[in-house]
Amino acid sequence: MAKRKAVVSVRECVACGCCVKVCPKGAIAVPRGICAEISRELCVGCGKCAKECPASVITLEVTEQ
Amino acid sequence: MKGKKKWYDYLWIFSLTYLILGFFNILFAWLGLLCFFIPLLIAILKGSKAYCNKYCGRGQLFSLVGGRFGLSRKKDIPGWMKSSYFRYGFLIFFFAMFFLMLWNTYLVFAGVKDLGMAITLLWTFKLPWHWAYHGTLFSDGVAQFAFGFYSVMLTSTVLGFVTMLLFKPRSWCVYCPMGTMTQLICKARNAGSPRK
Ligand code: SF4
Ligand code: SF4
Ligand code: SF4
Repeated sequence: MAKRKAVVSVRECVACGCCVKVCPKGAIAVPRGICAEISRELCVGCGKCAKECPASVITLEVTEQ
Repeated sequence: MKGKKKWYDYLWIFSLTYLILGFFNILFAWLGLLCFFIPLLIAILKGSKAYCNKYCGRGQLFSLVGGRFGLSRKKDIPGWMKSSYFRYGFLIFFFAMFFLMLWNTYLVFAGVKDLGMAITLLWTFKLPWHWAYHGTLFSDGVAQFAFGFYSVMLTSTVLGFVTMLLFKPRSWCVYCPMGTMTQLICKARNAGSPRK
């Protein structure tokens, strides 16, 4: 079945961490203050982070798994 | 992670109190230096944006008012506002105005200029603010800095509030000069260090 995973546009991320605060799975971190990184293993594709991101730089992409 | 609230999730109370105190005694504006030096120190010493990611009360305030209370259209911010040109341009403009404010403070310290009891909103509009002035310490310059710094804080709050209404609750974080600067410091500091 196709699953959705959140993906960050690395270049545009402002590293504010809003996404980290809303992720119910704790899948996101902002290591070294540069940009958000999302764990593909933990992400369940709920889309909360994408909704919250003030810069709207998170998209949900369909992955075959 | 959502759910468990930490002590630092309540720092919005500090930010709100700060804004209110400025209406009563302008000297409290000096406390705002904390929101200036703490993020810088964290970025320089630890190379992280832990301030934005965890502690910033202003960001929390916007997500509370825009998110929980719903005072936000929750629309995407326009592309140009998140472009590097705008973010770095605003950072430069913001600091140019900041240094102008410091220069003004210096002139009052030096006795060249008289104390101006006004708050300058959006770098343009002078609002009378004498009710929050109850004398100062050491020199008029101390109060002048307080008026100047509070002007900066109030201006950024107003801008953040407007973009909160128009776009997403924490839209201010996209072009916040402190956020942009700490991210730049982190990028410079961590350049060349291996990714995990
Ligand atoms: S889509 Fe949901 S689970 Fe995945 S990173 Fe975003 S908030 Fe977390
Ligand atoms: S909310 Fe958006 S801009 Fe902020 S750290 Fe997450 S992905 Fe980056
Ligand atoms: S970007 Fe600015 S307002 Fe947003 S969390 Fe960071 S310091 Fe606070």
